[in-house]
This record gives sequence, structure tokens and C-alpha cells, in this order.
Amino acid sequence: MPNNIINHEIPDVILKQYGRDHFSGAYTNTPHVRVDKGNRSLPRLSKIIDTLEQVILKSGLKDGMTISFHHHFRGGDKVVNMVMEVISHMGIRNLTVAASSLTTVHAPMIKHIKDGTVSQIYTSGIRGELAEAISNGLMDNPIIIHSHGGRARAIETGQIKIDVAFMGVPSCDVYGNANGYTGTSACGSLGYAKVDALYAKKVVLITDFITEYPNTPFSIHQDQVDYIVQVDQVGDPAKISTGATRYTTNPRDILIGSLAAQVIACSGYFEDGFSLQTGSGGASLITTKFLREYMEKQNVHASWALGGINAQLVKMHEDGLIKRLLDVQSFDSEAIRSIGANRYHSEIDASYYANPLNKGCAVNKLNVVVLSALEIDTNFNVNVLTGSDGILRGASGGHSDTAIGSGLSIVVAPLIRGRSASVVNDIQTIITPGSTVDVLVTDRGIAVNPRRKDIAEDLSRYKLPIVPIQVLKEKAQKIAGIPEPINFEKKVVAVVEYRDGTVLDVVRQVKA
Amino acid sequence: MSERLRRTMLYVPGNNAGMIRDAAIYHSDSIMFDLEDSVAYRQKDAARMLVYKNLKTLDFEGIETVVRINGLDTPYGKDDIKAMVKAHPDIIRLPKTETAQDIMDVEELIAQEEEKQHLPLGTIKMMAAIESPLGIINAYSIATASDRLIGIAIGAEDYVTAMKTKRSPGGVEILYARSAVVTAARAAGIGAFDTVYSDLNNEEGFAEEVRLIKQLGFDGKSVISPRQIGPVHEIFAPTDKELSFAQKVIEAIDEAKSKGSGVIAVNGKMIDKPIVERAERILELAEASGIIIPSEGENYAE
Repeated sequence: MPNNIINHEIPDVILKQYGRDHFSGAYTNTPHVRVDKGNRSLPRLSKIIDTLEQVILKSGLKDGMTISFHHHFRGGDKVVNMVMEVISHMGIRNLTVAASSLTTVHAPMIKHIKDGTVSQIYTSGIRGELAEAISNGLMDNPIIIHSHGGRARAIETGQIKIDVAFMGVPSCDVYGNANGYTGTSACGSLGYAKVDALYAKKVVLITDFITEYPNTPFSIHQDQVDYIVQVDQVGDPAKISTGATRYTTNPRDILIGSLAAQVIACSGYFEDGFSLQTGSGGASLITTKFLREYMEKQNVHASWALGGINAQLVKMHEDGLIKRLLDVQSFDSEAIRSIGANRYHSEIDASYYANPLNKGCAVNKLNVVVLSALEIDTNFNVNVLTGSDGILRGASGGHSDTAIGSGLSIVVAPLIRGRSASVVNDIQTIITPGSTVDVLVTDRGIAVNPRRKDIAEDLSRYKLPIVPIQVLKEKAQKIAGIPEPINFEKKVVAVVEYRDGTVLDVVRQVKA
Repeated sequence: MSERLRRTMLYVPGNNAGMIRDAAIYHSDSIMFDLEDSVAYRQKDAARMLVYKNLKTLDFEGIETVVRINGLDTPYGKDDIKAMVKAHPDIIRLPKTETAQDIMDVEELIAQEEEKQHLPLGTIKMMAAIESPLGIINAYSIATASDRLIGIAIGAEDYVTAMKTKRSPGGVEILYARSAVVTAARAAGIGAFDTVYSDLNNEEGFAEEVRLIKQLGFDGKSVISPRQIGPVHEIFAPTDKELSFAQKVIEAIDEAKSKGSGVIAVNGKMIDKPIVERAERILELAEASGIIIPSEGENYAE
């Protein structure tokens, strides 16, 4: 009958029965504990690593692996470019970049694709020079475009396996408790980063603000974090968030917003305790203003608002018109302040927000959503990804997630944008299937999806400019004409994944 | 029923293609394409062509179209009239009118062009803006100078300069001019339209001015941005009280007609012709304002 290291007798049969090993020392099997207990001159246990290069080495990043980033720093992000530069310099090649989204500041990715550092990209959105280069056939592998909910699903089901997550955070302590609403680079909610922190094999936090332990309340937890690197700046505060988002003064957006609010108010979904999500685009945002007027007039309160949270929603929350805010992304300085200050302004992660395969996501409980569109066809299919020139210039975002989840999905768009019609026979790229879109509101009329006879009937009782969507298409054609079709190459440059993981569409290379 | 509503006349610079294209979506009662002050000299020809083309091709969805031409004392006025009669807006608006002769001169040219275009004489209506002390003194003779005139408007900027003063929030400096214009218009049986309010961001100041001119008796106001349309329509919209009284008046009239009875009273008040006319006007306004007469207790669509 053998003894263990502290000389206590453990019967073999017990070890066998429970499938256990002998105790072999307090420090042997737990790498994350203080080894030199009692030595007061040691620094407090810390995960801080001096440089990005060291942390990349420690993370075990190798050719062919998958790394991830989040987009909470929006146009002010410095993390992606900083990390990619070091990785590229270290000679690691053939990586998959799984970003929650990429923006115009990520143009340096072009050179990392060219030198073979990056061979595959997953993202919700893509814009600017990088998007143009990809549209022109820069990559051998088409990029995968996913929705926010679709990404969470892919990570949770193991379709995307993240080897190392490089998560920029506005503040964290030496042990890895991080949040988004303190520090100079505050961005508010870290909703998209939270999923990566849970599922990535290695989690590296990158911050410009190390604060006292414990950094409560935290969004990313110490138990999820492997390493921390301190850098000068994770983002440009001026571009991470603007001041309080203001309502547009563009009369056309105001018109569209006021019509959208009327549709909501007349739809039957406008009742005490309803829930809503509105985007931060001009027309979508100002819908909130007009809706607020109806809410005050009718004494209707919303029980919650979802999604990208902005100053106007915060104001309505603080004025008692919206009881709770569920925030996956904070759009401006007011939202960032509020998520730190308001008890019922809650941070949620991308899976909670919109993962179609978890046990219940927030979009499923949504009553009304207002979404934008670049193009919409007469079957109500929506494109928010490619421009009228066929080039990638948008984001899937939560569009398809909220469209299907909500009771009433309203798409707002000017009928003519620049010189192009937005209501057309065939859209370039489908992001959201028309079977999940209920109402289209334009500056020249409103169309209700024939599938939603109930809404059409509710709205018909009011004086609203409702016409069949074909009429809107014809109106647009009459003014803007029918453009020459865009010439595409055969090569596919992007694959559009629906939120359930199936392939909804592909984007092809534009002809030079 | 009766005369056309002209609560709002939206200014659209004649050289801005995008604004011309979108002008109709805001549902002002009239759209005024400007060839005059908002167009630089070098762009006069281009603006005239642009407005011409758009009047010929775009659908303004039944909204009244007005073109403000350059005066006949400029090198552009004549060409403006020639092109615009061909383009056929509803109304040609003459700026800086000082005398009845100004109106007659323009009318003569319009008539000549109508003949050339084989349009019935008098197809194109006219409006005149009065923008000077002399014009104000002549307001009645201007208002009665042509059968084509549907209304006169006051333009305040030049007027206050000529009066050696400037505009103030309460508008006391143009009170006389406003009163003169609206009185002359009523005496002539045509419309009266107020000047622009140029401080777009002062929404409260704007609303106050609209309330004032409504009370003075004006039919409407020129607006420089679509953002000003809603507030004017709202202020010109009848109140619930006015609306319900008007409905009762019309119901009582209908009932009296069907019964063949003569004298009618509503709420113990005798109903005579002016009251009936006012009631009809209020119902028209209510309809134009998008006020839905509540049914089934639902009334929140504005």
C-alpha cells in the first residue's frame, strides 16, 4: 500500500476507483499559483509580459493558426495593426485572422496578406483600401463574412477555433480583470471580445492602462486570461467614440426617420413594455427621437433597448422611458459613461446578443428593429455589404440577426442614394433574406412585405404613404435609370455566411 | 372644394440638381425653384437649363411648382420667362415688385410665350414679391394688376434695409408691411405669403414667427429648408377644438339639408355662411395636415 509524498497511505484501489493520481506537491500541477509563497519581496503575481514579441512567443503562435481581434475601438483601433506588424516581423505565416469586424484603419493588413502572414480572414465588415484590394482579388482564399450572431455561433460550435485572441482592453489589472469603461481609451461594452476570451486557447490582453487589482466590475475575467502586455496606446480616443451622438440635420434622413417612427407607432407593436433596437445611422437614429415623442404623448414605456447603445437611448433610459439597456457595443461617450454608471445598463456578449444556436439570444425577444440598407430588392432581400460598384464596403453586423429575431423589422433607406436607386430588381449581395424583413421605409414611400398582412392592415388605418415595393422600384428607376450591370470576374473574393453557418451568397472580384 | 392650400413654399436653389430632385419628397404645398438671388451671375444660364429640364422630366407628385425669375431690369429676366413658359410650372414669381406696371410687363411676355407654345392664355399663374417701401405703398394696385396673380408675398430683407433698420425677433419693423400685404391681398381676393426665416437652428423663434403670421391672416410662408415645413403645417393645423366644432357644423348643415330646415344652431350658436366657410376650411386643413379623425379610440398617427 504506497504512500504519497507527504507519507499518507492511499489505497491503490481508491486511486483506481476514482481515476486519480497521488498528490505530488502543492505546486506541481497548478502552474498559475504563487510558487515562492511567503517571500514578501517578490512582485505580486502578475501576467504582464514586457513586449508583444515575447507574448507572441509565449502564446505558442505558429504558422497556420487562427488569431482573433475585436472591433470595439472602431476607427480608433491600434491593436490589430500593432500586433500584425510584430507577428509579420517574427516570420509567422499563413494565419487566419478571425476579427469581429475590420474598418478603414486596417489597410496595413494588405501588406500582411501580400507577404503571406495572413491567408484567411473572417470578419463581419470590411471597408476602405483593404476592402477594395480584396474586391480586386488580393487574396487566394475568399474572406468569410459573418453576422455578429453567426460569429458567436461559429466560435461556440468550434467552427472557428481561435488559437490566440489578442484583445485590446481600455483597462485591466495585473491578473487580467479587464473592462471597457475606464482608461483613456474607454470604449464601453466589450461584448464581442467576451466570446473570444471564453473560447480562445490563449488569451492575450493588450492595454494602455494597468489599474489596481481587482479591476471590478470586469467584463473579461482573470480566469480567462493568459498574458497581458502594456503598450502606449490601444486606440485613438477621438476615433474610438465621438461625443454624444447627435441627431442628423439632413432633412431627408429626418423625413425617413419620422416615417419609420410613425410606422412603429401605428404597427400594433407600440405598446407599454415593448422593446427596440435602432442603428446609429442618420435616419435610424433619428427614428428614436420621433418615437420618443410618441412614447411621451401616449405614455408608452419600453422595457428594454438592445444593441449598439448611443447617447439618445441612454437619455431615454435615464429619463425613465426605457427601463433597461442591453449593450453589446457602446457607440459614443455617453453610452460609455452610462454603462459604467447605470445599474440597468448591462453589458452583454455577442452570443447572448444574437447567437442563433445558443439556448436563447436577446434578438429573439426583440419587438422592433430599425435597420439600414444599401440596396433592397422587390423581394425585400437586403444588401448592406457591397456598393453600387460591386466593391466591398459595409458590414453584415447584427442585420440578419435582428431582422429575423424581431417582431417588426423595418429597413430605412433613401430611394435614391447619390445617383443610384436603392430599390432594385436584383441586389448585388444578399445579407438579410427578404423573408425576415417586414417594412421598407423610404423618403418616397413605404412598402410592407406582402408576407406581413397583419402589419399592412394595422398601417392601412392611418394616413401613411404605403405602396407596393414594385411601385417604389419603378419610381426609383424613373429618376435614376437602370445602370449598366457591373462586370465581375469568376473569382470569388468573399463568402457571405448566414447566421446559421450556411452560405447565403458570394461576392466576386470586380473587373479592373 | 375651395382654393388651394399654400402654407409652405419650399425654396430650392435653381442650380442644385440634388435638391431639385428631392424637393417633392417633403410635401410642402408649393416648391419654388429660384433663378434669382440664390444663383450666382455666372450660373444663371446653367440654372435656367437645369430647372427647365427638371420641370419637364421629374414628377413633383401634384405639388405646385413655382419659379422665381430674375427681374426684367436684369439681363436674365426675359430669357427666364421664355424658358419657363416652355417648361410650364404652375406659377412664375416675380421678385422685387414695386408697381402694377412691373406685373403687367411680365404678364405681357408670358402671354406672348403662351401663344408661341399654343397654351391657352392665362395658363401660367403669377405671384409677386414685394420687397421695398414703394412696393408696400403700391400693394393693392400690384395685387390687382393681373388676373393671373394668385398671391403676393412680402420679402423682408431688402425692405428693412431700405427702411434703415434691421430685422428683430418680434418683427416689429415689418409689422406695417406685413399688415399692408395681407390687407391688400384680402382686398384683392388673392393669397398672402410671408417672408423667410433664415435662422434654421432657432426652432422656437421660427415657431413664434409662424404663429404671428398665422394670426395676422397670412396663408403661409416661404421656407428655406425642408426642416421648416413640419412646424408650419403643425401650427397651421386646426386644434382639436376647432376640428370638432367644424365637424359639428358640417354635420348640422348636412342634417338640415336632408330635413329641409332653414336655420341651424350648433352648441346654441347660430350658424351662418362665414362659419360654414370657416368650418370647411378647417376640415381641408385637417386633411392636408394628416390629422386623422380618430376612430376606434386610435389617434396617434399625428
